Amino acid sequence: MHRSWNLLLWIGFAVTVAAVFSYVPVFVPYPITRDIPWANLLLFLLGGWMLALGLRRAFGQPEWYRGKISGAVMGVLALALFGLFCWGLFVFARHIPAADSAPKIGQQAPDFTLTDAKGEPVSLADLRKSGNAVLLIFYRGYW
Amino acid sequence: MRSFQSNLGEFRKRGVRIAAISVDSNFESSKLCLEQGYTFDFLSDPQGEVIRSYGVLHPAGGEKSRDIARPAEFLVDSRGVIRWVNLTDNIRVRARPQAVLQQFDRLIGGPAVTVLRGAPGSQL
Repeated sequence: MHRSWNLLLWIGFAVTVAAVFSYVPVFVPYPITRDIPWANLLLFLLGGWMLALGLRRAFGQPEWYRGKISGAVMGVLALALFGLFCWGLFVFARHIPAADSAPKIGQQAPDFTLTDAKGEPVSLADLRKSGNAVLLIFYRGYW
Repeated sequence: MRSFQSNLGEFRKRGVRIAAISVDSNFESSKLCLEQGYTFDFLSDPQGEVIRSYGVLHPAGGEKSRDIARPAEFLVDSRGVIRWVNLTDNIRVRARPQAVLQQFDRLIGGPAVTVLRGAPGSQL
């Protein structure tokens, strides 16, 4: 008797992998999919649903479908990926110092002179010249 | 950053300069600006001195335990007074340009005020 490949398992696992690795290149550039990673969570849901169906087939109708072992392995890996993703986005991303010593609203902004991308010195006073307000954006950088 | 670049006109209209600050070198910043087409200032603070003076240093937060900046935004008016601060508690979630523009309009003055700049009673 020929048992057929349990494609749902493999596709479900592929979708789960895509859910993890698509976040940075595809969804981070847009605040709407970055701030709350709903697109990735939907992908996880879809992948998990397919894996679950595939596993049910593998164990419920083993005479028809393969995938008892490979399905179990992929199921565990998928769960691990989901855990890693949640840890990274919801735990690790919050591991930043509280910035209690940051200057408060109403205080004078500390003046500075730094160099711009061309290496030219730029001070806060320069930026404020001719009556400009200034938005300072501190970012982590790319090191 | 991308979203600030695409809203740069709105900031210019209001007389708001944007300066991004990190520990990246001038070379890394110029590469970033070239690749991404950013035209506002990217300032380099490799020792993190200014970052520290703004209280937003993230000690050992970078690769190889390098000190870097935590994400933060400060809106400074033309007199150098801090008018609005955004200190996120999640590195993924940053201020969006629309929110900053709204705060500017509410706290400092909308686009029309740039015309009246320097007029008696001006809040700028």
